[in-house]
Amino acid sequence: MASSDSATARADHKQPHGLGSFVRSQMRNIAPFLTLIFLSAFFAIASPSFATLDNVGNILTQVSVTGIIAVGLTFVILCAEIDLSIASIANVTGIAVAYFTLQESYVNIANVPMPGWAAIVLALALCALLGVVNALGLTMIGIPSFIMTLAMMQIAAGVSALLVRGQIAYKVPDLITTLGSGSIGGVPWIVIVAAVMLLGGHLVLTYTRFGRYVYMVGGNREAAEFSGLNVKLILGSVMVISAVCSGIGGMLGVAHFGSAQQNEFDTYLLDSIAAVVVGGTSLFGGRGGIGNTIVGLFVLGVLNNGLDHVNIDSFLKILIRGLILLAALIINVYAQRLRERAAE
Amino acid sequence: MSQGRSPILELNQITKAFGGVEALRGVDFSLYAGEIHGLVGENGAGKSTLMKIIAGVHPEFSGRFMLDGRETRFRSARDAHAAGIGMVHQELSVAPDLTVAENVFLGNQPTNRLGLVQWRRMAREASEQLARFGIHVDPMTRLGDLPIGLQQLIEIARVLFSGARIIILDEPTSALSPPEVERLFTTLRKLRDEGTSIVFISHFIEDILRVSDTVTVFRNGRKIAETASADTTKGALIEAMIGRGGEALEHSYTDDLMLPQSGGGATVLKVDQLSLGRSLQDVSFEARSGEVLGIYGFMGCGQLELSRILFGKLKPDGGTLAVDGSAKTFRSTAAARRAGVALVPESRRAMLFHQEPVYKNVSISILDRISALLLKPIRERAIAQRQVEQLQIRPPVVGLDLGMLSGGNQQKVALAKWLTYPPRLLVLCEPTRGMDVGAKNDVINIVRDLRAKGLAIIVLSTEPETVLSLADRILVLKRGAVVREFAGEAVSKDRLLEAA
Ligand SMILES: Nc1ncnc2c1ncn2[C@@H]1O[C@H](COP(=O)(O)OP(=O)(O)OP(=O)(O)O)[C@@H](O)[C@H]1O
Ligand SMILES: [Mg+2]
Repeated sequence: MASSDSATARADHKQPHGLGSFVRSQMRNIAPFLTLIFLSAFFAIASPSFATLDNVGNILTQVSVTGIIAVGLTFVILCAEIDLSIASIANVTGIAVAYFTLQESYVNIANVPMPGWAAIVLALALCALLGVVNALGLTMIGIPSFIMTLAMMQIAAGVSALLVRGQIAYKVPDLITTLGSGSIGGVPWIVIVAAVMLLGGHLVLTYTRFGRYVYMVGGNREAAEFSGLNVKLILGSVMVISAVCSGIGGMLGVAHFGSAQQNEFDTYLLDSIAAVVVGGTSLFGGRGGIGNTIVGLFVLGVLNNGLDHVNIDSFLKILIRGLILLAALIINVYAQRLRERAAE
Repeated sequence: MSQGRSPILELNQITKAFGGVEALRGVDFSLYAGEIHGLVGENGAGKSTLMKIIAGVHPEFSGRFMLDGRETRFRSARDAHAAGIGMVHQELSVAPDLTVAENVFLGNQPTNRLGLVQWRRMAREASEQLARFGIHVDPMTRLGDLPIGLQQLIEIARVLFSGARIIILDEPTSALSPPEVERLFTTLRKLRDEGTSIVFISHFIEDILRVSDTVTVFRNGRKIAETASADTTKGALIEAMIGRGGEALEHSYTDDLMLPQSGGGATVLKVDQLSLGRSLQDVSFEARSGEVLGIYGFMGCGQLELSRILFGKLKPDGGTLAVDGSAKTFRSTAAARRAGVALVPESRRAMLFHQEPVYKNVSISILDRISALLLKPIRERAIAQRQVEQLQIRPPVVGLDLGMLSGGNQQKVALAKWLTYPPRLLVLCEPTRGMDVGAKNDVINIVRDLRAKGLAIIVLSTEPETVLSLADRILVLKRGAVVREFAGEAVSKDRLLEAA
């Protein structure tokens, strides 16, 4: 033993394990956080109106709808699947809840008025149903989620189009109006809903058996199957969760924007995916979580909001967002490799 | 044979630690041209780690590394490859989505002057090379569609024929059956005679003694002994490996072994006329409580498929399956698990979560028994800790990521998954693959314990020793059909090989 101890001491000396490998394995959590701090500092220096309490409130409100949708998407991406139908499902659910609400007489939509609670239940049922269709396509027929949800994106858009026929609806049930555009004690309800849903998602993923299954299925699907998990049921569930979160985001979004119309949510597809991925949740599944998504949401929120404060050409803004997203994707893929190397 | 010549590879005082785990402590190792150098040692002794250092996979270590008499440092596996060092890793590292031909030429596909891959030439040369090695497959099939043993052979072939002058084989025979092992040894001897240096790691001490010129023994990260193979014996090597007498562990199963007369208790599993494509034909048998049924056969005899059907991963084309007297058609592995069937597949990668800690790997299959809705991490860790201690998994730290355990210890974790709440029927594919002699013995004892508890156990293996050391009754499977049953009679390695 004695002779080996000196040899070991020398090894510890020479090898940057310990801290080095910790940083490498945690890269996916550290990088997004540093990005957030860097962006916040940059805009705070560049514009005096950025770092104000009011503006923080603005940012929170601006990311709320994306946040609600991104909760479900986080589950899906953790399972190494993707859901491209989130924005369309949000849209059709928002339209549906308006469709079942009595509109003003000048709104030219053949709507079917119902009591508020019924409208909400029907809208939720609709998005859950679309989620079930996604789930069945993925697990029973075996269509890759990328393709299945691409088709669903069209289908949901088609249903939206049929419901509104190019018109715009304005009224939604009172509860939805309150949650979407009201506030309590100066805090917008929509921020509270987003926070509650993010927290709920986090609790489910971290502390429940189902959450563990999600991580394990994402980490190694074959091993999950050989462990006797019902992989199809878990994959199906995350697709439904994603669709329902999108639906809730859609209903509140419609109230928030004050209108329900075709293509209203188109930008939310990219924003939600970006929030999840920028936050560091692995596209290969099994790594990341709601905490990452929250950081990702803030990175996007600060970026979008901050660019408005510094007077940049609005077309350049789109390009800058794209470049930031690209950088995040590179980090995401690279972090996976670093982690594997650290584990070697 | 090595006196007077200078080694082509000479390592001095190599030390390597992973975080707090010391994998190698001051190891000296030299390799000469034209020798086959065997490496033995317990699970976790540091064999793979040393080889990965030589192959440039672990660029960070301390000590002196001399290649051709000059001090060298590889920064990556690519550097090592360029210097003529090829390695077959313990964990299969093929590209399952590429074709056989692409795998054979991985990284150096033949290209024309425009830099385009010459597919036709590549396919032809690939099938020529593989044929030299006794493998006849269509070079354009997707590699992942082939049985795991064949994948392993193809990976070996790739390295053997890559022109490397130093070839490292880390447990290359673990998925092979005797005829393939023979072919491999013939090829190794030929390469050696042509001047190639070969390092060969195996837990089959007899194989090591048969094929290598020199043997080095590792224990606990240190080199314990190095001798010419001709000057040592199996017993001596085992003793050096584990540090105590190895008499009990050196059983070689060449002599006849009597299988017990009585055949266990109640029938737990009844399989009738099972068939699946060209893999299985009319397979019928029973597995009984308190009995270990061994199923032996060469690679590709249908064992894999059979185990998958029993666990609900594959659906048979025909035939029936009954557990405890009630007919079952498993629609998922979850259904099979609920019916009391458990499977440990032959591939660790298929069974374990490398990026997750040991305790999550152990608890995943029993999570629904531990917790209804909320996880109980403390309980999970306690359960895992107990399994880790019982199976003597090292290091005994349940919070460590699984990927940091050595191959043999990972295999024990795969078994541990099912032991907390023992199933009715336990199906084990190659349960001792990659395990050292001591660990194999542990597995034998665990299986005997489970048998005493009344489990029905099926052991499927391509290694005669595994089946002989565990089974009370043995079926021989050949091209998808049961061709022989040994029950209550004498059986030996030769008799099994003859039947298969
Ligand atoms: N990437 C890693 N991170 C941390 N520890 C590691 C890593 N790789 C190996 N180890 C540790 O180093 C020690 C030596 O492992 P190694 O894989 O070299 O053993 P081995 O002799 O090849 O065993 P086996 O016969 O089981 O394959 C073990 O204790 C193992 O847990
Ligand atoms: Mg090893």
